[in-house]
Amino acid sequence: MHDFEYEAPTTVADAVQLLANHNGSARILAGGTDLIDQIRLGRFAPEVVVDVKKIADLQALEISADGLKLGAATPCYRIYGDEAVCRDYSALADATKIIGGAQIQSRASVGGNLCNSGPAADSTPALIALSARAVIAGPGGTREVPVEEFCTGPGKNVLQPGELLTALVMPARPAHSGSHYLRFIPRNEMDIAVVGAGASVVLDAAGETFVSARIALGAVAATPLYAKEASELLAGKPVGDEAIEAAMAASRKIAVPIDDMRGTVEFRKHVTGVLTRRALEKAIARARENAGS
Amino acid sequence: MAKKRVVTTTINGEQTEFLCQPRQTLLEALRDVLNLTGTKEGCSNGNCGACTILMDGRPVDSCLVLAVESEGAELETIEGVAPAEGLDPIQTAFLENAALQCGICTPGFIMAAKALLESNPHPTEQEIRFYLAGNLCRCTGYDKIIRAVQDAAKSREEVTV
Amino acid sequence: MATVEKEQQAVSTNGHYKVIGTRPIRHDGVDKVTGRARYGADTRLTGMLPAAMLRSPHAHANIKSIDTSKAEALPGVRAVVTSADLPDATDRVANLGEGTVNLKHLSDNVLAGDKVLYRGHAIAAVAADNIHIAQEAVKLIQVEYELLPPVLTALEAMKPDAPLLHDDLRTDDLGEIADTPSNVATHIRFEKGDVEAGFAAAEVVVEREFHTATVHQGYIEPHNATALWNADGHITIWMSTQGTCTAPQQTAELLDLPVSRVKVVPMEIGGGFGGKISVYLPPVAAILSKKTGRPVQLVMSRTDVFEATGPTPGSAIRIKMGVDGQGRITAAEAWLAYEAGAYPGSPVGAGAMCVFACYDVPNGKVDGYDIVVNKPRTNAYRAPGATNAAFAVETVVDEICEKLKLDPIEFRINNGAKKGTRRIDGPVYPRIGMEETMAAIRDCEHNRTPLEGKHRGRGVATGFWFNIGLKSTAQATVNPDGTVALIEGSTDIGGTRASIAMQLAETLGIAAEDVVPTVVDTDSIGYTDVTGGSRVTFATGWAAYLAAKDIQGQMIERAAKIWDCDVTAVDYKDGGVVGPDGKRFSFKEIAAEAHKIGEPVIGRGSADPQEPGGAFGTHLVDVEVDMDTGKVTILRYTAAQDVGTAIHPAYVEGQIQGGAVQGIGWALNEEYFYDDQGTMRNSTYLDYRMPTTYDLPMIDTIIVEVPNPGHPYGVRGVGEVPIVPPPAALANAIYQATGVRMHELPMSPPRLLHEILKQRASNGDQ
Repeated sequence: MHDFEYEAPTTVADAVQLLANHNGSARILAGGTDLIDQIRLGRFAPEVVVDVKKIADLQALEISADGLKLGAATPCYRIYGDEAVCRDYSALADATKIIGGAQIQSRASVGGNLCNSGPAADSTPALIALSARAVIAGPGGTREVPVEEFCTGPGKNVLQPGELLTALVMPARPAHSGSHYLRFIPRNEMDIAVVGAGASVVLDAAGETFVSARIALGAVAATPLYAKEASELLAGKPVGDEAIEAAMAASRKIAVPIDDMRGTVEFRKHVTGVLTRRALEKAIARARENAGS
Repeated sequence: MAKKRVVTTTINGEQTEFLCQPRQTLLEALRDVLNLTGTKEGCSNGNCGACTILMDGRPVDSCLVLAVESEGAELETIEGVAPAEGLDPIQTAFLENAALQCGICTPGFIMAAKALLESNPHPTEQEIRFYLAGNLCRCTGYDKIIRAVQDAAKSREEVTV
Repeated sequence: MATVEKEQQAVSTNGHYKVIGTRPIRHDGVDKVTGRARYGADTRLTGMLPAAMLRSPHAHANIKSIDTSKAEALPGVRAVVTSADLPDATDRVANLGEGTVNLKHLSDNVLAGDKVLYRGHAIAAVAADNIHIAQEAVKLIQVEYELLPPVLTALEAMKPDAPLLHDDLRTDDLGEIADTPSNVATHIRFEKGDVEAGFAAAEVVVEREFHTATVHQGYIEPHNATALWNADGHITIWMSTQGTCTAPQQTAELLDLPVSRVKVVPMEIGGGFGGKISVYLPPVAAILSKKTGRPVQLVMSRTDVFEATGPTPGSAIRIKMGVDGQGRITAAEAWLAYEAGAYPGSPVGAGAMCVFACYDVPNGKVDGYDIVVNKPRTNAYRAPGATNAAFAVETVVDEICEKLKLDPIEFRINNGAKKGTRRIDGPVYPRIGMEETMAAIRDCEHNRTPLEGKHRGRGVATGFWFNIGLKSTAQATVNPDGTVALIEGSTDIGGTRASIAMQLAETLGIAAEDVVPTVVDTDSIGYTDVTGGSRVTFATGWAAYLAAKDIQGQMIERAAKIWDCDVTAVDYKDGGVVGPDGKRFSFKEIAAEAHKIGEPVIGRGSADPQEPGGAFGTHLVDVEVDMDTGKVTILRYTAAQDVGTAIHPAYVEGQIQGGAVQGIGWALNEEYFYDDQGTMRNSTYLDYRMPTTYDLPMIDTIIVEVPNPGHPYGVRGVGEVPIVPPPAALANAIYQATGVRMHELPMSPPRLLHEILKQRASNGDQ
């Protein structure tokens, strides 16, 4: 493996300073489940690896009236292990439960998943569906970016040298809302999404009409996608096949997948619609059970 | 070349100091520095679970942990599972159920099964299958491994009652 | 050659034996559940250096030059090796237990000479003070390549204008050597009866073409070798190998040394399935050791294992089968093209012999082609060649049964091979259990339970594998306390220490636990062939039986001396010696007495049995198909197999379950996925998708025992045949569930969904 130094700062300021000092030749280590293999394969050759797990803020998991604040390095098992997350941010719990196996979930974080910026990242469509924003610290202070604008290409994102993703924040969940993330994989575990779909819906009190919806897709384009048209067309529509089929069609329209060892264009286009339906149906069922707290 | 670091950990209940380079994985340190070769290397990218150990009570693929990250951690490896005399009920169940053939995946399976039973003492068959999906076995078809974990859950219960 | 004592045979293990048929804890078990067992990569020697390999990034290229100077100059590097360090192997041929091998091919596969023939082809190796330095040094080796177009499938490689891998390879076409070079190494043919007349007599003829992808054995332990080339010229290699005695042969040939100079110490082996017979690393580690004067260890990465060891071939197969109005097979024809990989030697011969082996085919013709392509040289994988063929033929049988409205199980029983049936390739079967496995499946609870629910289907398929005999040695030392130390040369991949020790224990009438079996190095035991071909429990078990008979004879002599009677008055039975007037010593007693009055008692057994007894297996599977994604869920699985006699039933079940699950992986998701440049795009466990625990139900087994007349305890090989039926059984179940016939492996979701959507479009559904 390529030779590097290791640093484990305990504050965001120290981390940002370290990153700035190394001017782009540092890599950030959270759970390490992507990074260590990438260094082993020579995809990255950092001078220094900055372990951010010792920064308390990056391990946060706080739910308040404002919503959910999730430290960027918080491992998956703590996220799906939190009852409130499972109840209110179900799509996020769904995603973190199926990233890798138990061993990976002990270490892998949602922030790391986002920063790795793979098109098939499982937690990213869930975050987009839940209207998450990425909180980024840098030499010039902090800034926020909607998660759907975070990734710019396979393995690429808006982080500038010296910047660090510190948290993901999601707004509070209203009554009659529900969310779900699911993916298609050939096996039942330990696979990369061939297609992933996240959905969040808010229904009226009767559970019969969409108040609003957000649909997000993974593995069907160079970055995870927010399905804007599919999401917006649902608002105000009665819950039913007609609306769902319109959303499926709109999702399929924006899918621009590739043929590779994980799936074909034909397969991914078709399954994009199928998973849009399945994500919506489960989100709707959850919304109907959710009278608010 | 980056200088070696001194790492202080607890391994199988004993405080242990070792030297490693930042680029060495915990798997490499266990096997090559500490001579704990019971932890196996199957793929080195977190997809087979052969190198599973417990780190602060959680199962991890030690191939995806830097050795330097284990500073201050409590580690448990296959070498620490059996009591001074005899075997852990999981080990006994693997033997009695013929849940191993070549045996290379066995240490990883036992560590993952231990983590499972400690967090969920009465798992269903599907819960066992889901939890152990991060461990590959190519010999057994898993049938006897699942039965062994079911048996181990039962005998652990008898021990604690 | 030893003879079988037929009178010892029993029709079933049920109650006939004291040890055989029981389930003792395996002797090596505790070491394996405590992490104490030492596998190849666990070898730690004083002064040992790690080493890394340079492998080709290209699938097909000429090597113009190799410059290792920068690597050699890197601090910490101790030695570099290239093919220039190997003895010239041109025009040398060796017999290495697996038949005749072109040594130049073997040598070029270990370290490429002037050409690389697949991505991952080994080119050079570096030994250094630590593995990271060795890996850095590898990157400093400069190789100048002249790129050549790769050819990646059998059908492409057979085209007249295909790029040629070897300019000196000329087709051996039914014994005639062609004039011009070709990628077709061999064309073989088997014939029986009058095929044309047979098809003319048929009521239904079905002809289909099938394609299967390259798949890997997938053992969890990567290949490894640790070598010490001592100053006295003796080489010791610690490694995980299926062939303790064949590995030193291959290594010695490659290094052009007498085999007596190479000792192999077999470490525990983390799976093989046929893939750990060929030698890749030992000669390289040995030369690095010679250059450095220190032991050198080479361990492959997972990607190396996928890219550069021996998977089982992709294939193209055409099957034509005719059946008359009475439901009898009248004729069958097969055309098999198997990818050998970079060098000749695919298992097409075995495939051609197995293709119709489950059936009584009166008129048949089989053509087989061995074809080189720019992929790693294929190697044995559990019943090599048979699974590809069974997928094709068992799918055609299912379609014929559907057309003629015949029950697929009854059809197979009515047309099944039995004692006296002559295979198309010639051999006439002794007593076999094909019919019994079919009947067991027909009558099992699974088959009698109706399958209900939408998009669900049930499929059945059967399979055959020869098994092999070959040579084995065992030696057993009687201890004064009545225990026996058994040493053997068969590396134990799946519990064979136990199954061999149990045959010795049965013969002596002692407990399995009173035998202590040990697998020893090549200087310590007689020649023993590979752990493969489902032969170890059969042949090494036989050697252990002979060692026990040898001990019996010595104990009789010793008792006769003590009792002062003629040896003819003493017999060995019920776990002891009995003499005149009801005199008796148990084994423990005579062991103690024998120790007092004479030389130590050591039993020797060496065997070369010729009748391994063919094995048949029949599998039944229920599936549910997600019609929107093409994903197949296995609901229930039952495998019945004729095992002859189950020595240790738990490990027999384990072999059947493990083989079935490998077959399931092959059927549904596993494949080498190549890009146009010949790069395998999924050379990790993440994307090579072997089944996990969460993909499967329990695998039910039915052990059928039709004893092999060619073994003292009726043993047949068990390990290989269970991989053969699953792809076809699944294809047939998928057809029942969806109405779609799959002709390509794997039947992965994109492929199955494609067929489902095509069917929908043609039905005008959507």
